[in-house]
Amino acid sequence: MPDYECQDCSADVQVPSDALDGEIVVCPDCGLELQVKRKSTGEIELTEVTKEKEDWGE
Amino acid sequence: MTGSIGMLYDQLRPEERLLIEAAKRKSLKLGLHDSEKLYLNINKMDQEELFEEIVLQRCLSYFRSVHLTSLLENKGITVINSSKIASVCGNKLLASIKLEEANIPTPHTVVAFSIEAALKALDEIGYPAVLKPIIGSWGRLIAPLRDIESAKAILEDRENMFPIYQIYYIQEMIQRPSRDIRCFVIGNSVVAAIYRYAPKDDWRTNTARGGHVESCKVTSNMEELALRAAEVFGEGVYGVDMMESENGLTIHEVNYATEFRNSVPATGVDIPGLMLDFAIQKVRK
Repeated sequence: MPDYECQDCSADVQVPSDALDGEIVVCPDCGLELQVKRKSTGEIELTEVTKEKEDWGE
Repeated sequence: MTGSIGMLYDQLRPEERLLIEAAKRKSLKLGLHDSEKLYLNINKMDQEELFEEIVLQRCLSYFRSVHLTSLLENKGITVINSSKIASVCGNKLLASIKLEEANIPTPHTVVAFSIEAALKALDEIGYPAVLKPIIGSWGRLIAPLRDIESAKAILEDRENMFPIYQIYYIQEMIQRPSRDIRCFVIGNSVVAAIYRYAPKDDWRTNTARGGHVESCKVTSNMEELALRAAEVFGEGVYGVDMMESENGLTIHEVNYATEFRNSVPATGVDIPGLMLDFAIQKVRK
């Protein structure tokens, strides 16, 4: 599981090596939700999840 | 595909990752279907080959979940939970009707369709009360109505929103500790329970609002009530939410697509593994 840095608090965020494009990972320190973006080169980039739709969740 | 299991999703959250990992541990092939990448033909029945025999519905969106599940069921695929379960459980008003019919303790609830009638209803129910959207989750737009002035202001706000927010579903505010209880029901068993504590500066206990969870010992009362509530909707996978009121346990919500990322570490129970076992049983039936 490679480590990435949380954009908010700089903590280490673990991303499963088979993470899928669009998968959500959560920063273990600050709880920020980050979305996995897989580039065409296979590299992974994490972006903050900001979208929340009205009828989402439970 | 006979004998196989799939999963529909619109976002792969930690819950779906836990299901993927649980499937790996069980050497089970779990087919993954991104709901945003597929379309289904209503006139063609031969699309069942695109899916597995049993599909776990994990979409976040209520409307997407109900409609997509209906399409799959029309093609002969078993979906957990079914569209019937999702459509009723996902609508607080319809769910309340079913729970009341089964004599399950729920908060005193009134429903009105205009501000004037809502204010009359509040006279009956008394302040403080709680206004909830009939569809919607994570505690969004759930508002405490502390007195007539705040009630008027909040109701007037709702008049400018989408029509579903003008169905005024109002409940008595239950006097309870700053926590509620979620029981996880899978099939005929309560497999785990957690206390959900409200975060600082909030009265809502939803973990999506930053509340924290602790393991909760399942008492016989909790077990009996959670199973009765689940039975109202039919065999499936549920998160049954209850409050400890002065008059005993009362049920305020039955969730049809429960989240469990915080509950697995708190309880040590392999909830995703048990969900897959439940699906496997259905395949074998």
